[in-house]
Amino acid sequence: MALKIVKGSIDRMFDKNLQDLVRGIRNHKDDEAKYISTCIDEIKQELKQDNIAVKANAVCKLTYLQMLGYDVSWAAFNIVEVMSSSKFTYKRIGYLAASQCFHESTDVIMLTTNQIRKDLSSPNQYDTGVALTGLSCFVTPDLARDLANDIMTLMSHTKPYIRKKAVLIMYKVFLKYPESLRPAFPRLKEKLEDPDPGVQSAAVNVICELARRNPKNYLSLAPLFFKLMTSSTNNWVLIKIIKLFGALTPLEPRLGKKLIEPLTNLIHSTSAMSLLYECVNTVIAVLISLSSGMPNHSASIQLCVQKLRILIEDSDQNLKYLGLLAMSKILKTHPKSVQSHKDLILQCLDDKDESIRLRALDLLYGMVSKKNLMEIVKKLMLHVDKAEGTTYRDELLTKIIDICSQSNYQYITNFEWYISILVELTRLEGTRHGHLIASQMLDVAIRVKAIRAFAVAQMATLLDNAHLLTGNTQRNGICEVLYAAAWICGEFSEHLENPVQTLEAMLRPKVATLPGHIQAVYVQNTAKLFATILKSQEGNSDSTTSEETTQLLIDRLPVFVQSANLEVQERASCILQLVKYIQKLQQKDVEVAEEVSALFAGELNPVAPKAQKKVPVPEGLDLDAWINEPPSESESEDEQPKAIFTKEEPKHARPRHTEVDEKELAKRREARKQEQANNPFYIKASPSSQKVYQDASGVEHIPVVQIDLSVPLKVPGLPMSDQYVKLEEERRQKERAEKKKKEKKKRKEKRSGRGKKHDSGPESEEDITPAHMVDIVTEEMPENALPSDEDDKDPNDPHKALDIDLDKPLADSEKLPVRAHRAAEALKSPVEDAEADNAGPQESRKKSGKEKKKDKDRDRKKSKEEKKKRKHKHEGKEEDLLGGDANEPVAQSEEPSEAAEPPASATAEVSDLDFWLSNAPVSSRTQEATTVAAAAAAAPTTPTAPSITAPVSEPDEPQDAEMEETKSSKHKKKKQKKEKEEKKKKKKHHHHHHRHSDGGVEESVQNGTVEEDEPLPPMSNYCLLAENAYIKMMGEDADQVCDIQGNLQDGSQVVVSVIFENKCSSFLKSMEFNVLDSLNSKLQRPEGSGPHDGLTVPFQLPPGVSNEARFVFTVQSIVMPQKLKGTLTFIVKNEDSSTHEKLDFKLHFTCTSYLITTPCYSDAFAKLLESGDLKSSSIRLEGINMPFHHLLARICFHHHFSVVERIDSCASMYSRSIQGHHVCLLVKTSGQTVSIDAKCDEPTLLGNVLDEIKQTFSLC
Amino acid sequence: MIKAILIFNNHGKPRLSKFYEHYNEDTEQQIIRETFHLVSKRDENVCNFLEGGMLIGGSDYKLIYRHYATLYFVFCVDSSESELGILDLIQVFVETLDKCFENVCELDLIFHVDKVHNILAEMVMGGMVLETNMNEIITQVDAQNKMEKAEAGIAGAPARAVSAVKNMNLPEMPRNINIGDISIKVPNLPSFK
Repeated sequence: MALKIVKGSIDRMFDKNLQDLVRGIRNHKDDEAKYISTCIDEIKQELKQDNIAVKANAVCKLTYLQMLGYDVSWAAFNIVEVMSSSKFTYKRIGYLAASQCFHESTDVIMLTTNQIRKDLSSPNQYDTGVALTGLSCFVTPDLARDLANDIMTLMSHTKPYIRKKAVLIMYKVFLKYPESLRPAFPRLKEKLEDPDPGVQSAAVNVICELARRNPKNYLSLAPLFFKLMTSSTNNWVLIKIIKLFGALTPLEPRLGKKLIEPLTNLIHSTSAMSLLYECVNTVIAVLISLSSGMPNHSASIQLCVQKLRILIEDSDQNLKYLGLLAMSKILKTHPKSVQSHKDLILQCLDDKDESIRLRALDLLYGMVSKKNLMEIVKKLMLHVDKAEGTTYRDELLTKIIDICSQSNYQYITNFEWYISILVELTRLEGTRHGHLIASQMLDVAIRVKAIRAFAVAQMATLLDNAHLLTGNTQRNGICEVLYAAAWICGEFSEHLENPVQTLEAMLRPKVATLPGHIQAVYVQNTAKLFATILKSQEGNSDSTTSEETTQLLIDRLPVFVQSANLEVQERASCILQLVKYIQKLQQKDVEVAEEVSALFAGELNPVAPKAQKKVPVPEGLDLDAWINEPPSESESEDEQPKAIFTKEEPKHARPRHTEVDEKELAKRREARKQEQANNPFYIKASPSSQKVYQDASGVEHIPVVQIDLSVPLKVPGLPMSDQYVKLEEERRQKERAEKKKKEKKKRKEKRSGRGKKHDSGPESEEDITPAHMVDIVTEEMPENALPSDEDDKDPNDPHKALDIDLDKPLADSEKLPVRAHRAAEALKSPVEDAEADNAGPQESRKKSGKEKKKDKDRDRKKSKEEKKKRKHKHEGKEEDLLGGDANEPVAQSEEPSEAAEPPASATAEVSDLDFWLSNAPVSSRTQEATTVAAAAAAAPTTPTAPSITAPVSEPDEPQDAEMEETKSSKHKKKKQKKEKEEKKKKKKHHHHHHRHSDGGVEESVQNGTVEEDEPLPPMSNYCLLAENAYIKMMGEDADQVCDIQGNLQDGSQVVVSVIFENKCSSFLKSMEFNVLDSLNSKLQRPEGSGPHDGLTVPFQLPPGVSNEARFVFTVQSIVMPQKLKGTLTFIVKNEDSSTHEKLDFKLHFTCTSYLITTPCYSDAFAKLLESGDLKSSSIRLEGINMPFHHLLARICFHHHFSVVERIDSCASMYSRSIQGHHVCLLVKTSGQTVSIDAKCDEPTLLGNVLDEIKQTFSLC
Repeated sequence: MIKAILIFNNHGKPRLSKFYEHYNEDTEQQIIRETFHLVSKRDENVCNFLEGGMLIGGSDYKLIYRHYATLYFVFCVDSSESELGILDLIQVFVETLDKCFENVCELDLIFHVDKVHNILAEMVMGGMVLETNMNEIITQVDAQNKMEKAEAGIAGAPARAVSAVKNMNLPEMPRNINIGDISIKVPNLPSFK
């Protein structure tokens, strides 16, 4: 055996390893392919061996070959073999190979499921890590479904290394298996506050990716992210969060308002350019979302633009690029502020960097005005000449056209200039945008009537010089222009100076080499030209011209009759026959011109591109209804199920039927309409009478005749359009001069100066009158056109499936597939728990329980629903109050359970968000709530201290203060007051809500609850300690931080949140928090410190400031309440002296604080009660004078219970301790007496909880 | 999201390719060629961003690259990534390589592409940035290498010896040295932003 191993390893030594392979390839530069094919043969041999090391070596080489472009999918099975090696070395090679070449259609992937699962649960973190990394590259929907639960478990792994990988891979799992999103989301959310920055960053990363695609579902996380943003120092996380906010603000403008200030602060304070840039970007997004009705943000815009200018002026090209990129976003909403930086942007157009030029081009779009359009386009035309790469040149071309045609040619004052620009653009070689130029030409010629004469002349020249455009077959893109030219010349042939010449140009044999659709236009338009010529010659006694023309057509058209293109052929033969007939008539001296031109009478109006789609469906017309009932499926199948033919026939027939009937017809109709819209030959049924062209008054200004129409396309020296720039300048100057004269202004001497300062001069936009009084015909739209533009999302977008409402409660069916005996969820309803505990026997019991319940259920359904509603309300409130202490872990631990609860708490979430957003000050609501609480508690105890007043000036304030003075400073009372105050704030918030909500019943319930004057005891126990210089608050709460893998029996932790508030005018520092550990409860101290060392509070307190710190305690037994003694030491620092102070306090851990609100379904509850494992106990409360649902609300709220069921004056409630004890209550009320029967598997705990409940109610 | 990470040299020879979306081998090679073509014709002092080519990308995607001595490091990312952030990430990546290989040069990447992959896997996972802290990355990489060594144990020793001998293989030596242009060291990296 040993010999074999040694032999194997010796064999291996002489195998070719990766380095040898690389070296070999480098040594065979001439016959690389041959060498590699021999290597692949070797590899195949190696893969056949049993030795895993040899196999791994072979797979490693294959990975390299894959990078060189060789297909290695044939080795997929061997890769799986190597993946399943027990040695990390080989496993890693295997997973790397898999991640490089596996994909969804690799069939061996399904063999890997179990191997991956095994690796995921490996005790070695690197095995798990490698498996996660690999899986992230090749996860398939099947793998995602099968492994989702395992990965979710890993999200709570003890090692941050695994946690961060597990969190990150969840995004891939969501994409492949969208059903997993909702069950996994609560935990993902938890990870946002993971103590490890890497895990936190991963969670932020995943949520940002999710939210980017479906932002509205993540709006409710805004407060959490806001908190992270204000607290995090990790730039990566900050950037992601800020980017996320950029995606969220368009949905919620109030969020934007909240963000502006912290973002502005960041912009001022950060030194990291990347962060600064993202802040600016998000501020821009905010400003865009606020663009309406927020007048006082000009400062922010200025700040952004100013910062961006700094970026653009930076010598770092990267910053320049990004600056321009962000600038283009501002441009959309605040063009004015960008326009002032025109100089800078024009300068960037000359940058040597193409990326930067492209960005600057984008910006130009918003820079143009009537004033500077010509100048800018002239500059761009120069760039077109200089540009060497076709991509950049094409980009320039489209930009020129975009800029000129934007908002219905708003900025064009001289269309002759524009036409010449278009003609110049046709000189571009090899452009792909011929059709774009063509459509512009058509558009302008059709819609700007005054320009037609000029356009026709230009087009005639183009046609004459068509050989220049078509000479090179490579630049066939540009010959599209001829399509437009031919059509314009034909349609508006009455403007042609020399129609015969143009006709001749259109019938050149070379035309037959053009694409079919262009030929067709040529043929059709020769007919139009022919008609025009006939008409013009009619009065003429000499008929030679018309006869010659007829002959020309008869001679030349046969070429087209033979065309392979059907369209061309058909048109040519029709026209040929027509012309032949006309020739006959001409020979008989019959006047035909009238009839021929009648063929082309009427004008074509432009139709908007989407006109057809916008025709509203007439009322009563159902386009989906069958016109003829289709043969029913059941008929044919039921009657003769076995007859092959009858069975098949309808199947074939129907689809065809539908196609023809609906889709196809609609498509055809659409196509026809489109065709008609685009087709110049389409004559409308009722031709509108030819409109008389208004002779443009401005035309005199421009002596059109001066332009030599026979100018060849390539003019040496000045390009044509330049003439217009000059002419335009002259014209404007002249106009101004005239205007001046008219107005008889005295300052004539300035006029000469004006010419120079032409574009920066005081001339306003309105002053520039267009050269032509252009009548821009708007495109026709059907009457009652629907304004909506359908912007269909890509149906194949995988993110569409992730558009899932995350606030909706989790249904049972949505739970992730769990493998048996695996406790996956930390918080679960006892059903699952019980199942996990005693899998088999419980099953039957559960069933019987269910059956018994059934009848009851039916009866109670109604009341249940009602109650649910109410309960829901309570929860909503609870949410709010909890939210007030969002810093405390309970609020967080609550989230997952809440998501799992049956009654929807979406509204609570939303109202939460609303509340958060409606807070005027920027401070998060958390801070606010705590400060209020602090102030309330502070007031009575330290009358001598220079006490701060409560920060929020509320009308309730004086009242509260009064009450505080009258009441004793006993802890509990204070607590209540605090809560009261908090509640009052909530109340306001609720009222605010009522205005919006419309559910009357709900409203009253809510109102009732809230307006009830009784204080709700605190969710968190605040202990108060005071000294003359100092006040401290402490909220204590149980949080379940125990191992979520279900190890509830040990490792329970309690997190205590303490709010420190400085009440004196001195600076407090070096605070140390220490607690005397008991046997049962221990303060968790950092490793290495002794059991009596204090914990340093991680902040200092300037006067009047409060802050919160959290301390984790380990608790072994939770059945008894506990008190811990502790001290806080700190240094009070004055200007001249500093003193050491000490403060003693007691921490009170109630049993209630060990309970966690856990949802429970009634059948599970019944099962639990029947199980007989629970000990019972009961108490009676006398003199309770409050509505029953308030009572329940209180128990829910103070003692972390949830209502399972309620019937009239009887309710069952459930809660669970952090160590998994079930606590069940049956609360009954009659009159002022409330009896509570309780069951729990731990009698001591139960007793204590009941005592605490009693105490709660005795206090009210 | 990061769509792809490519490393190639001044001649367009791929040194590492990592695609976080599936393409077949031919398309991958085409993408590498196209990207090389786009990136290589750019001057040294232009910006590091580039609107992607035809094959990879689309309007939402950008190429973000850095050029170190003989190597181009190109990341193809979508708009959810911060441009400057990715530039920093490339820097972190190269610095990490520099630490792990002790003065990294192109030859290291040529002969140890698997190691480069392993390092990259600690930084980027499935197209998402996993870790940006260099020390953390190096710690994890080192720990895994240690494990690998421990596994090889005594059995690995002869193999290592043989590979050392192979590396010293005299007849091959001159040829290795001949290919001079590749062994240029990555220069001292510009300061981290």
